[in-house]
Amino acid sequence: MSELRELYNDVILGHTKKPRNFGPLEDATATAVGYNPLCGDKFVVRMKIEDERIVDIRFEGDGCSISKASASVMTETLKGKTLEEAKELGVVFRDLATGQLEGTDRLDDLGKMAVFSGVSEFPVRVKCATLAWHTMDAAMAGKDEISTE
Amino acid sequence: MTPAAPPHTYDVTAVRADFPILAREVNGKPLVYLDNAATTQRPEAVVNAIADFYRTSNSNVHRGVHRLSQEATELFEAARTTMARFLGADTHEIVFTRGTTEGINLVAAAYGRANVGAGDEIVVSRMEHHANIVPWQLLCEQTGARLRVAPITDDGALDMDALAGLIGERTKIVAVGHISNALGTINPIQEIARLAHAVGAIIVVDGAQGAPHGHVDVRALDVDFYALSGHKMYGPTGIGVVYGRKTLLDAMPPWQGGGDMIRSVTFEKTTYNDAPFRFEAGTPNIAGAIGLAAAADYLRDVGLDAIAAHEAALLEYGTAQLAKVEGLRMIGTAPHKAGVLGFVLEGIHPHDIGTILDSEGVAVRTGHHCAQPVMERFGVPATARASLGLYNTPAEIDALVAALTKVREVFA
Repeated sequence: MSELRELYNDVILGHTKKPRNFGPLEDATATAVGYNPLCGDKFVVRMKIEDERIVDIRFEGDGCSISKASASVMTETLKGKTLEEAKELGVVFRDLATGQLEGTDRLDDLGKMAVFSGVSEFPVRVKCATLAWHTMDAAMAGKDEISTE
Repeated sequence: MTPAAPPHTYDVTAVRADFPILAREVNGKPLVYLDNAATTQRPEAVVNAIADFYRTSNSNVHRGVHRLSQEATELFEAARTTMARFLGADTHEIVFTRGTTEGINLVAAAYGRANVGAGDEIVVSRMEHHANIVPWQLLCEQTGARLRVAPITDDGALDMDALAGLIGERTKIVAVGHISNALGTINPIQEIARLAHAVGAIIVVDGAQGAPHGHVDVRALDVDFYALSGHKMYGPTGIGVVYGRKTLLDAMPPWQGGGDMIRSVTFEKTTYNDAPFRFEAGTPNIAGAIGLAAAADYLRDVGLDAIAAHEAALLEYGTAQLAKVEGLRMIGTAPHKAGVLGFVLEGIHPHDIGTILDSEGVAVRTGHHCAQPVMERFGVPATARASLGLYNTPAEIDALVAALTKVREVFA
């Protein structure tokens, strides 16, 4: 039960119930849809980018608690960051979700993303946690849609 | 499919002892395996039949004059006869395939391309598995035929009036599932066969979920093709059969070319083997066929009517117990149902349900079950599905319900 509690911690459940930055973004300059055909999770990530900086980011869609909370935390983390910083954070998050940060000093500076450290114990849920981040990457790269399986 | 024997005559403890995997633990809890519609477990008899073949008789079939090849051929062809008896068919009406999906693709390719043309219609139902949708879509693309889809009612039954309205003089093929993998609905195959035959169409049945849960007689059902998978009926993966009515099989061109399906090959003219061998190009899954026959024998020994009765009683108990779980909505409540309990919990995604149930040792499937049009029909992205097998018990239903209580606690 303890691994389960680590996965479904209060912060994640809080974001699931009340996702931040949830809804449309009228003046978005970059948008992508992320879809996991295996489970039907689908999110739209919209960003307003000015001078290589994410001045606003919001998401919409439906999915499991992990994917939704991850999208919510991602929007909080990335608002105000440069595109370069966002890319780096995306790499850090994927390494965190796949357990590659364990025993490294990169664990120390994760901010809110740290609540997802329990995901690595549940390999089949890694895709849930990283869906929004992949979608954000796609939006930055000018792709309309990504699909994970 | 109707229960014939009272459930108390059924010794589920003895049945469970035939399946070694049921003794294992998952996450420190006894395994509660409720994912039988995805794949079933294998009894010792099947595991042994495969191992024995590899240990004593392994060789290629239909080729060598040496002793091992003769033995392998005899075992392989005996497996065909066993499967024919299992379905109430003749031996030469049984084609070995990789599974139900390949069986349906075989019919679509070999029968379909020869008999379906532009302007013709193929009728399927809304509750079909993707394996009984996509092969027909491909055939429509290739031939210019049109796919018609019969709707389902709010409880998940096939809308028979609408289906009857769709089947007409343009209809060439009616393709339906015997039992819906996502909803558990048992379709009235005999009646659908009558509708199809009345307009000169054929009926193709996806029997993946039908074969393991009750006695199937293709003559009584009066179907033209019936495809099944070994691994859904306690046999191996990668093997299945498709029954085809002899007159249809004999008239069908091959669909794959290679060894075994030919009589003679020259660059000027190649002649093909007779059915069913014409449809079995390449070395088949010999050990799989032998394992599948062992599974069919096992089911016959336990008794298919007794299995159907046991599962019907369990379904009734499971339906009643799940109805007590707060916020639970059953998806699939047709009057004629097999052992599939599909559901959603208010405010909790099925994937989260699946992960938490797994932590309690309870294995269920979560997702769209390769039936996305069904999910769309019920307005859900996915469901959680507990599907019953011949070894499941009321105590396992109780374990499922207790684990669902835990799910609600986590998300309270």
